[in-house]
Amino acid sequence: MSQSAVRPTPASPTPEGGHLLDVRDLYVEFRTGEGVARVINGVSYHLDPGETLAVLGESGSGKSVTAQAIMGILDTPPAVIRSGQIRYQGRDLLALSEEQRRQVRGKEIAMIFQDALSALNPVFPVGWQIGETLRHRAGMSRADARRRVIELMDLVKIPAAAKRLGDYPHQFSGGMRQRVMIAMALAMEPKVLIADEPTTALDVTVQAQIMDLLADLRRDLNMAMILITHDLGVVAGVADRIAVMYAGRIVEHADVRALYRAPAHPYTKGLLESIPRMDVRGQELATIKGLPPNLMRIPSGCPFHPRCPYVQQVCVDVVPHDLVLGDGRTSACHFAQEVRDDSAH
Amino acid sequence: MFRFILRRLLQMVLAFFGTTLIVYALMFAGQGDPIQALAGERPVTAAQRAYLTEKFHLDQTGVGGFFYRYFDYVKNLLQGDLGQSLTGRSISDILAAAWPVTIKLALIAMAVTIVFGVTAGVLAGIRRAGIFDNSTLLLTLLVLGIPTIVLAPLAQYFLGVRWQLFPPTAGADPDLYALLLPGIVLGSLSLATALRLTRTSVAENLRADYVRTARSKGLVKRRIVSVHVLRNSLIPVVTFLGVELGNLMSGAIITEGVFNIPGVGFNLFRGIRTEDGPLVVGIVSVLVVVYLVSNLVVDVLYAVLDPRIRYE
Repeated sequence: MSQSAVRPTPASPTPEGGHLLDVRDLYVEFRTGEGVARVINGVSYHLDPGETLAVLGESGSGKSVTAQAIMGILDTPPAVIRSGQIRYQGRDLLALSEEQRRQVRGKEIAMIFQDALSALNPVFPVGWQIGETLRHRAGMSRADARRRVIELMDLVKIPAAAKRLGDYPHQFSGGMRQRVMIAMALAMEPKVLIADEPTTALDVTVQAQIMDLLADLRRDLNMAMILITHDLGVVAGVADRIAVMYAGRIVEHADVRALYRAPAHPYTKGLLESIPRMDVRGQELATIKGLPPNLMRIPSGCPFHPRCPYVQQVCVDVVPHDLVLGDGRTSACHFAQEVRDDSAH
Repeated sequence: MFRFILRRLLQMVLAFFGTTLIVYALMFAGQGDPIQALAGERPVTAAQRAYLTEKFHLDQTGVGGFFYRYFDYVKNLLQGDLGQSLTGRSISDILAAAWPVTIKLALIAMAVTIVFGVTAGVLAGIRRAGIFDNSTLLLTLLVLGIPTIVLAPLAQYFLGVRWQLFPPTAGADPDLYALLLPGIVLGSLSLATALRLTRTSVAENLRADYVRTARSKGLVKRRIVSVHVLRNSLIPVVTFLGVELGNLMSGAIITEGVFNIPGVGFNLFRGIRTEDGPLVVGIVSVLVVVYLVSNLVVDVLYAVLDPRIRYE
C-alpha cells in the first residue's frame, strides 16, 4: 500500500470543543399519499475522530435514514428533514448548498451499503467504478487512477487485483463485491465511513472477514466509523460505543462493555436476551413480544410501552427523557435504573 | 458467443426454409387461375396459356407438382436467382429498385424515433409526473391509438394537400424531402413506443440502488444521469430499436401505399393483389432473411450492452 493511503492522524478542527460529526435533535418524516410517517424523532449522536459508533436497531427503526440524512442522499420528497443539525467539523451540513454537500460526500464522509450487488452499477467494470471519483473528482489521469485502484483493491484484500479490474460486479462473490464497495468508498480517503449493514447479505464466515477488514482499515487509515446493524453479535468486537434505536429515537446510548454488562433499557435488554447462548440450552429462546410500531401511528408516551415488560401507567402517558446514568451513558426509559440493576445481577 | 452465433445461424437456415415453404404453400394453394389473374379482364389465347403453363411448370398438378415447383424455386434461390414475376420482370431488379427507397424511409423513421422518442423519454423519465411527462403520455397514447391507415391519410391531407408543407406523394425515385413526411408518419408509432419504454426504464433506474451509491460518491447529478442511469436504461430501448429497424426494413405496406412510394411494401402489396405468386414469395423470402439477421444482431448487441448476459 502506498504512503498516500495512510493519512497522518487527522488534526480535525473541532471548534466549540465539538465532535468530528455531531447529529443534533434530528427530525425526519416521510410524507406519502397514505399519511406522514415520523421516521426520525429527535436523534442525537456524535462521532469523534478514530472511533467506531454502532447504531443498532430493527428494520424501520430509522438507523439507515439517519445515515442517509448525514450523507444527504435522502430522497426528498418523500423525505422531509423537519429540524435538527448535522454538524461536521463544526459546519452544519443541513445549512449548506447542494453543491457544497456534494463536495463533502465521498470525500469527507463515505458510505457502503448492504447489498453490494445492487449497490454497484451492473454494466461497468469494478475498476472503472472504484476509479470514477479519482478521475472525475480528484482529477487523476487514467494511468494514475488505475494504479491507485489496484492499490485500493489490494488494500481491501481482493486477490489478483490487477487482473480483476475489468470484471463486472456479477462476476465476484458476495464477500468480494462488498470489498469492491469498501475500496470504492475509501478512494477519496474519507474521514468518516458509514457502513450500512455491510455484512447482512453475506455468509456468516464471510461476515467475520468483512468486519475484521473494516476494523483493520478503520485503525490503519484512522477513520471514524458509523456501523449500522441489527446484529448485536457483529457489534461487540468492533464498536466503541453503541446507540440503540427504536421508532426513530435513540433509546440507549452507552459504551459497548457497559451496555453488554447491564443494558439500561428494556428494549436493549430484550435484544440481548434474544441472542442464542451456548451455555443455556434446552430453553425456549427469549423474544421481544409484539411488532415494531407503525411509524404513522407511534404509540403515546414511550413508543416501546406496548411491548415492554416494565410498563407502568407513566409509560403510556409521558414520553421519557434521556436519563443520564453517568459515563456518557443515557437511557430513554422511566425505569432505567431498575432495568440496569435488574440486568446487572 | 461464437458458438451462440453459429447455432443461431444454423437455426436461421431451418427458419428460412420453413417460412419460405409456408409462404409458398399459402400463396399457391389458394390460387385460382394465375394465368387469368395475370391477364386481368383480357382474354388469354390458348398459345399464351400453353406458353405460360410450360414456363411456370403449372402442368404438374397436386402435391407432387407443388413440391416440384417449390424445389425448383429453392434451387434457383440458392443460386441467387429470385426468378421472374408473372409480369416477366426480374424480381431481383424489382427489389434492387425498391429496397433503397424502403431503407431510406426506414432510416428516416428510425432517426425520428431516436431523436424525438428516446430524448423525450429520457426527459419524461427524469421529470416523472411533471407537465412534460404527462403531456407526452397523452400524445403518445393518442398516436398509439390511431392506426396508420388513419394517421397516414390525415397527415397527407393536412400537411401535404391543405397546408402544402410536404409533397403529398412520393412517386418514382423519390428524394429525401419527399420521403420525410411518410418517414415521420411511419416513425411516429415506433416513436411513441420508444418514448414510453425509455421513460419507464429511466424512471426505474433512477430509483435503483446503484444511483444512491453514485450519489454517495459525490458525483454531479449530470454525470449520474448521463452515465450511470442512461447506460442501464438504454439496454431495453436499444433492443426494441433493433427489432423495430428489422420491421421497418421489411417495408411499410400502408404508408408506402398511401404516399405512393415504390418501396418493398408497395411491391409486396401489388404482388398480393395481382396474385403474383413468384413476386410475393420472392419478396417474403428476402424479408425473412432481413428479419432473421436483424434479430440476431439485436441478440448480439444485447450481450454487448449488458455484461450480465452471456450466451453459451
